[in-house]
Amino acid sequence: MSINLLALIGAMLTIATPLVWAGIGEVIVERGGVLNLGIEGTMYLGAFVGFLAALRSGSVWVGLVAAIVSGVVAGALMGLFAVTLGLNQHVSGLGLSLLLIATCEFTFRLLYAGERPTLDDKFHVLFRGIAVLDQHLLTYVGFLVLAPVAWWVLGSTGLGMRLHAVGENFEAADVAGISVARTQYVALMVGGALMAIGGAFLTLAVLGSFTLDIVSGRGWVCIALVIFARWRVWPAVLGALIFAGTSALQLQLAITPAFGDVPGELMLALPYLAVIAALAIWGRSVRYPGSYLKAYRRG
Amino acid sequence: MMRVVLRGHEPRWLAPVSLIGAVLVTLVLTAIPIRLAGANPTAAFERYLVTPLTSLPGLHEVLLTATPLLFTGMAVAIAFRAGYWNIGAEGQFLLGAIGTTAVGTGLPGLPAAVALPLGFVAGAFGGLLWAIVPAWLKRKFGIDEVVTTLLLNPVALLVVQGLLNGPWRNSESGFTDSDRLGPGYDLPALFPDSRVHWGFGLAVIVIVVSGIVLTRTATGIRIRAAGQAPRAAEFSGVAVGRLQFRCALVSGAVAGLGGASQVMGVQHQLTSGISNNYGYTGVIVATLGGLSALGVFLVALLLGDIAVGAQNVSLVLQVPAQLGAMFGALLLLAVLSAMSWRRYRVQWRRPRPTVPAREKELVG
Repeated sequence: MSINLLALIGAMLTIATPLVWAGIGEVIVERGGVLNLGIEGTMYLGAFVGFLAALRSGSVWVGLVAAIVSGVVAGALMGLFAVTLGLNQHVSGLGLSLLLIATCEFTFRLLYAGERPTLDDKFHVLFRGIAVLDQHLLTYVGFLVLAPVAWWVLGSTGLGMRLHAVGENFEAADVAGISVARTQYVALMVGGALMAIGGAFLTLAVLGSFTLDIVSGRGWVCIALVIFARWRVWPAVLGALIFAGTSALQLQLAITPAFGDVPGELMLALPYLAVIAALAIWGRSVRYPGSYLKAYRRG
Repeated sequence: MMRVVLRGHEPRWLAPVSLIGAVLVTLVLTAIPIRLAGANPTAAFERYLVTPLTSLPGLHEVLLTATPLLFTGMAVAIAFRAGYWNIGAEGQFLLGAIGTTAVGTGLPGLPAAVALPLGFVAGAFGGLLWAIVPAWLKRKFGIDEVVTTLLLNPVALLVVQGLLNGPWRNSESGFTDSDRLGPGYDLPALFPDSRVHWGFGLAVIVIVVSGIVLTRTATGIRIRAAGQAPRAAEFSGVAVGRLQFRCALVSGAVAGLGGASQVMGVQHQLTSGISNNYGYTGVIVATLGGLSALGVFLVALLLGDIAVGAQNVSLVLQVPAQLGAMFGALLLLAVLSAMSWRRYRVQWRRPRPTVPAREKELVG
């Protein structure tokens, strides 16, 4: 049996891209002490709004910008629930995801009942024909710009320090003159934009069309990656590569005759199980951010 | 200057008024997509909420649609009460359906007296099996159950699809549905000439028993203590970890019963669409029901009512049926927001004298 290693690595990078964008988005949000379970819905929203805007305008760039705006709005909504109103973050985040997914499905059915519209022109890969390097711009930006910048901002700038302070101990941060609510809102909105870009990558770059199961749990995978990564950027990227590597391997094995008899769905489940296994091995007794799941109330 | 401060005293009228306000906000917000779909919101709301309740067949359809939500809602409520965030009812429901289908197609010749209990036991066992891994990882290594239960949901769906594409593909039609279960596994109707089956009866029994255990027994008090103040509970001798583990398993088993009831009562075979987001909706049901048995019962009936109405509206007024799901999620967020908002009040006061002003006073 022979496995095409270059094709494997190329597929791994493409599959990891949405997880890198959305995963780093969730790292930023959770660094500020908020768990955003709205991530699955936000990715879905980004995928749908990006696709719709690109379809209507004929430009994928308009689609990407629209997706970013929708992600910022979704982040602000989560801020309203988790920060301003101080609701239970598990339930309100899940509720937000369910609401966003149902709203997108509703709109899709309303506009395109029974049709399957596709984009005339989706994002093209750069360096076409060269193995491994023939990736989308968003893949390059995700790995080579977003990840280092997020790592630098979170770890070495005043902005990152303030976010960290709020996430670890919001009373102390407040006393030190940092606005807890504003910091958490900004983190949620920036994180939401990144999640939406991750979702939009699926429709604007990979598929060129929209399907109702487009995100299929990738948001939940990101939630796991963030804990696995202990709220750090590079380990989150590594986790995304583990998931994507398992997915890519699964795709390769599916076309390898020796594994032809194994049901494809069992193989499809492997990446999810790999993430759970990674969490079980490296995610034991992690120390959560001090303000995790709590809402700040002065006095 | 406006300031939002915690209320010291909450007037009695505030809770019901907030609740009504939340419902009104939900209605206003859902009127927008109904309008966009070209329908009249008032006429649509009547069809969503009232029409299903005005005829006996409609009423039966509401009970039938609410049945899986009764199971998943109670399952989630049991776990949440203990402070165990089981968001995996979706997967546990599916594994319950798989368990029931396994015995129903494997031992098709059994008489109803044996087959029906066996089908439910197999379903409960399937759900429990799917709940064990996250519960064990949580208890043994302290791994967050939210993540693991969530991740196992897509895996459960893939297991269902894998079985239906492979070993369980329909042997007559070749479609990706399982064979029909043996005739002994058909749940009898609860009322004559009605599709409401004994799954609804079992759901009510499960809810009544859970309600009694949760509110009238020492175990129930321990569960509540473990959920609301785990450290205080631990200190007063409650084994919180073990209690949460057990509640997680019971929760999974109840969700699995839901899958069993849906297979034996409605579909009579396994299909990949057997769970219509019932597990996730269960979180809405449990939360809106205040994690109480009666609350779960009422909210499940309300969402069942809306789901039946949504089907009707999608056929008559061409408003996509997803509006039912939007309504449920919006109602959840609006009610939670209102219940939080009512703890605060707005305080108006004059701006404090600024520092320069005070200095002027001292100098002058």
